[in-house]
This record gives sequence, C-alpha cells and structure tokens, in this order.
Amino acid sequence: MKFKTFFWFVAPSVFMMLLFIAAPLVSVFIQSFQVTQPVMQQIEVETCTPGFLTQTCTTEMKTVPTIDEETGKTITTTSWVGFQSYANVLQMDKVWEAISSGAVGDILQIDFWKALRFTLMFTLLTLPLVIGVGLMIALAVNNAAKAFKGPIIFVSLLPFIITPVIGSLSIYWLFVGDGILTATLERWTGQDIAMFAQAWTIELLMYFYRVWHVAPFAFVIFYAGLQTVNMDTLESAIIDGASRFERLRYVIVPHLMPLIIFIALIHLMDCYRTFEEIVGFRSQAHVISLQWLTYDFMVPDDAGNRAISRASASAMLTMIGIVVLLILPLRRTWRDHKGGAH
Amino acid sequence: MYLKKLALAGAVSLMGTSAFAACSYENTVPLKSLSAGFEAWKAVTDAMAECGNFKAELDQEFRTKQPAAFEANPSLYHIGGVSNGTVTPLLNAGTIRPLDDLVAKYGQNLSPNQLIKVDGKTMAIAMMVNTQHLMYREDIFNDLGLEVPTTWDEVFAAAETIKEAGVVDHAIGATMKSGWNLAQEFVNMYPAFGGAFFNADNSAAVNSEAGMKALETLAKTLPYADPEVLVSDSTYVQQQFQQGKIAMSNLWASRGAAMDDEAESTVVGKVKMAAAPLAMEGGAPATTLWWDGIVIASNITDEEADAAFRLAMEGLDEEMVKANNGAAIWLVKGYEPGPLAAGAIATATASPAAPPYPSTTQMGLMHTALGNELPAFLTGERDAAATLVAIEESYATAAKEAGVLK
Repeated sequence: MKFKTFFWFVAPSVFMMLLFIAAPLVSVFIQSFQVTQPVMQQIEVETCTPGFLTQTCTTEMKTVPTIDEETGKTITTTSWVGFQSYANVLQMDKVWEAISSGAVGDILQIDFWKALRFTLMFTLLTLPLVIGVGLMIALAVNNAAKAFKGPIIFVSLLPFIITPVIGSLSIYWLFVGDGILTATLERWTGQDIAMFAQAWTIELLMYFYRVWHVAPFAFVIFYAGLQTVNMDTLESAIIDGASRFERLRYVIVPHLMPLIIFIALIHLMDCYRTFEEIVGFRSQAHVISLQWLTYDFMVPDDAGNRAISRASASAMLTMIGIVVLLILPLRRTWRDHKGGAH
Repeated sequence: MYLKKLALAGAVSLMGTSAFAACSYENTVPLKSLSAGFEAWKAVTDAMAECGNFKAELDQEFRTKQPAAFEANPSLYHIGGVSNGTVTPLLNAGTIRPLDDLVAKYGQNLSPNQLIKVDGKTMAIAMMVNTQHLMYREDIFNDLGLEVPTTWDEVFAAAETIKEAGVVDHAIGATMKSGWNLAQEFVNMYPAFGGAFFNADNSAAVNSEAGMKALETLAKTLPYADPEVLVSDSTYVQQQFQQGKIAMSNLWASRGAAMDDEAESTVVGKVKMAAAPLAMEGGAPATTLWWDGIVIASNITDEEADAAFRLAMEGLDEEMVKANNGAAIWLVKGYEPGPLAAGAIATATASPAAPPYPSTTQMGLMHTALGNELPAFLTGERDAAATLVAIEESYATAAKEAGVLK
C-alpha cells in the first residue's frame, strides 16, 4: 500500500485516539501531580433552618470558598505537589508500619491495597476459568450434531450480550436476602442464607458472574479457531493411537495458542478495570476494586467536594498495573511475531 | 350500555383535567427545574406544570448535576430542588440568588418558618421537613406487651423480646448500606451523645468518648438486624417493612406513606411513628433534621427569576398541599398533620431538639470519610478505636486536598 493511502486510511482513527485517549491521559497524568483548591476564608454566618413550627438560628464560623466579585466564579489556586497524591493513595507509611509491627494483614485495611488484592485475585483467578470454560463450550459445540449447533451457539452467546451492569444487578437481585434463588434455596435447605453478608460469598458470586459473562467471548474465538485445525494432522494423530485428551493436548491447544494469548490479553485488560460487579452487588463494605476506588474519589459529596488529584493518581496507578500485567503475554506475542516473521 | 360507560369515562376524565389545570395565571416564560424524584417533588412540580411552559426534571442523581448546571451561564435550570445537605455547593459557589424582593412580591402565603436565611438574606424556600424517626409495628408491640421505646437502650431491650418471640425475620431494620447511608447513621448517633464533629481549626474531633459510644450503639444493632444490612438502603428497609419482615426501624419520615400503600404493603395501618429514640437520658433524639425546598438560579435574567419564583409559589400553594396531604410533612399552609406525621413532629419539637444536618463543606468530606471507614468496623476487621483514628486520618487527607485544612 502506498504511504499516502495508508495515511488517509488510518488518519481518522489516529485522530480519534489522540483526542479521546492520548489527550485525556496526558491531562490525568498532569493532574495527578497538581492540587486545585478554592481559596477558603473564615466568615461568621447566621443560618436559620426550620423546625416544624419555629426556626432555629445558629451563628457560627464557616469556612467557605472566596468568590471573585467581578466574574462571580470561585477563586482557585493550582499548585504542584509532586507525588503527594500518590502518597495519599498508596499510604506507604502505614504499609511499612504494618510490616514492621508484624501485622501484615493490616495492609488490607488501606483502601488501595484492599482494592489491589481483590482486583489481582479476581483477574488472575477468572483468567484460566474463562479460557477453560470457553474452550470446553467450543469443543462441545464443535462435536455437537449439526441440527443443534445453531441453537447452542445462540444460547451460549446470550450472557455476553447482556450489559454488564444489568447482568450484575440481575445476579444481585437473584441472590439478595429475599431474592428468588435465595428464597428457593432457603426453603430447600431449611437454612437462612445471606450471600451478601460476608466477603467470601460476595467474591464467589463475582467470580461466577464474570466467568458466566465473558466465557462466551472466549468460546466464539475458540470455535472459529477450531474450524482451522488441520484435519490431516488430527487424522494422523488418531492413526498413531493418540487418545482424545492427547489430541487436545498436542494438536488442538498448540494450534489455538495465539488465540489463547489474545483472549488472555483482552481479559487481563478488561478484568483489571472491574467496576460493574462492585456497583451492582453493592459490595463496597466488603470488597472494592481499583476502578471503583477511582470512581469513589471522583464522585462529589453533598457539599460538592471531589478528590480529583487522588482520582488521577489512582487512575495512573491502575494504568501502570495493567501495563505490568500485560508485559508477560505481550513479550511472548512479540517473540512469536519476530520468530514467525522471517 | 357500552356507550353510556364510555360517555361517563369521558366526562370523568374531563372533570379530572379541569380540576388539575387549576393555575391562577398563565405562565409565558419557559422554565425548567431540577430536583430529587420522590413523591413530594412530583406533587409540587405537577402543580407548577399546570401553569404551562414548565419542564420538570426529577432525578435522584440531582446532587451531582446541580452544582455544574447552575454554574453555567445562563444556568441550565431556573428552579432547583435542594435539601439542607445539597444546598451547600450552590451557596458556596454563589449560583443561587437572594429571594427577599421576590418573597415581598409573591410570598404573601409563606410562613416565616419557611424562609431559609443565610446572613439575613433569604436563599431558599423550605416546603417540607424530613427526619429519621422510629417506625414500629404497633400490633407486634401490643401482642408482646411492649412499650414504645424512647431510648436506644429500650430499643435493644424491645428487640431482644421480639427476637425471642420470633414473630418477624429481624427485629430491627437499619439503613446501613455502606457509604452515604451508613455514615448518616453515625451522623444521627454521634451528636446525640454530645459529640462535636470538628475542632475550631476544622480538624476532625470524632475520636472521642461520644465517638466510641456511637460506634458501640451501631454495633449493638447488628445482632437484631438483617445479616446483609451493609447493602440495605432506605428503599430496601421500606420494602422489608411493607413485607412484614421487620418490627421497627429508625427510618425516614418521607417513607411513612408507603407503609399504608395498599398496592405494595402487607402491613397497612399497623406501622406507627414515634420520635427518634434518645441516645442518652436528657439528650436530643438521635437523628438530624432536614428540610427540602426550592432555590432560584443566579445566572438567569431578573424576568426569568420573577416568573420562576411566581411559578414556584403556585406549586407550593394550599391547593397542592390539600391534594397531597400524606406525601410529606409539609411546612406549607393548609397542611393537616395525620398520624404518619406524629413521629416526625415529636422529633422536631423535642427538647432539646435534634440538630439540623450541618450544611458545610467539611461535613461533606466528613460524611464521605465516615462512609468509607465505618464498614471495616461493622464487619469486624477493625476495632472501634482504630476506626475512629482511620476516620480522622481519612478526613484530614481529603480536607487538605480540598483546602479547608492547612
């Protein structure tokens, strides 16, 4: 392809990527080293609020932002604070304190580390499950009779089509205290079941939900891959007396390896940003994720405060985490690519 | 027969429209409002819409949208629905206007109690009060021979009896969903033990004896409450009440009407209201007082503000209150307190009275810190003393970033 053609072909998407990915990233990166605050002043204010019949008036010193007389806007100052926001998120002083006092478990009481623990475990535990379940469905469909293939593919794809927030809310409603499934299980076992009362049951439901939701994606990719397996190799393997498992282990899986890497990459990226499960399951009391932590910093409270600097720092840390996770599979792809390119 | 029915239906629906379209004037200025979405706001904005040229946006996420929308010039909304918690960012940014001249022009029917004054200037018009107070199942209390509890100690004693009798799933319903709701429970309890949230220099003061007592009381609730209490918000507790699963709760007055909603509730007429229990003898009820009301944007023309205020007064008139008497504890003339309002009125008129929820920048930060740090205490990961330290540290970090603490 001529360079000019190539250029015009990719220009729109490069432009969009610069505008919607690179520019915000740079802005977040800068904001994570800055703090913007309103200039506060102390004034004495009398506030009157209604009771049912009469008002109560109180006079107190209030700290309020200063407003510019001319523009009517709040006066703010922006200062460079170095790694202060990162320090506020990571709270390394408390981490060292916990390590030196021997109470390593206390680290998990710090929001960031609590979130990191769950996010990493969630990502790494669901990865083999998604690949395994996806491969199993693909093999099952591949061996199914032709008449059933269509309907089976349709049904197994359904979980993937559901919007993640709606999916996690559905699971929540099914399993919450008086949900249909809990009520049925309670009647069946005669025990009081509270899935959302402790961390481990919530986490279990989260793993289940994520695998249920993402496995169809792996299935579709693997199913496509299975159609390209070399039949001659398979047949010669059968003649050589390879069992079903050996054929899978030595012929099919090596053939699908690039696809497995691809799914692992996508899954690591997606899963590290897990958010819907936390919101849908209302699990903040027990389990939080890194993405939720960023969101929590960003949400304004009733008084309109939002911790933009800490949110930016937390977002940058999340990105660094994804890059670290992706290095291994990416290196492998890179080596394969170089090796195979001749 | 069929035709007759049809004609009758037509006549009734016509009567309906004429009865509802009872605005005393025709509004000609296009106006918009943004408020919360609960029943009382629906009633008020419907009454305003009768005058024409008015679009109401009822959105439970209004608190995140309002500050930015009112800061725009011209403001995206003319009328805002706020409470004493959510008015803070608007007051701080100066995006709502003083209403004194408009009150003089159109506010003949307002009572002085409704005027929210900040430094002598009327900044908002309150329409209703809201508070968390004790709701209880009268039938259960009568069957078991229990007195209506007036203190939290009595609440736990009654809960023990109810638990032993096994008449409901959980004796106490609690709005302890981690985050805002759970923090609010602490905000109810802590001042009732005589605690102050802040020192004079804006640093946090919750690490105190009152803080320990407040945490103890919250923890005492757990054995009598649903094990999933850390995910239950006001709507969930309301439903538990309606389905007869709990016997009492310190719940929002605005949820009271739902107990007698025959379409949803299995306990119609059985739920009664009493004042919020005291945390200690001689103290104030362990709750905070809230008001909901309207504000008018600064960044609109004076003509628009004039029209907006006139329209708001039309929405807050006696006629609207008479038609929606049960929807809220109205401050508007013509309101006749029913049995559902008894608890809220007892709470608001108690002596010493429950404090209003403080509308300050620091309180917003404190509320977030409480919401994030309290769950670890209730799940047992952290003891009370460490939790209070964590709350203060979390508040300090946020307050320094927000510029309220040096």
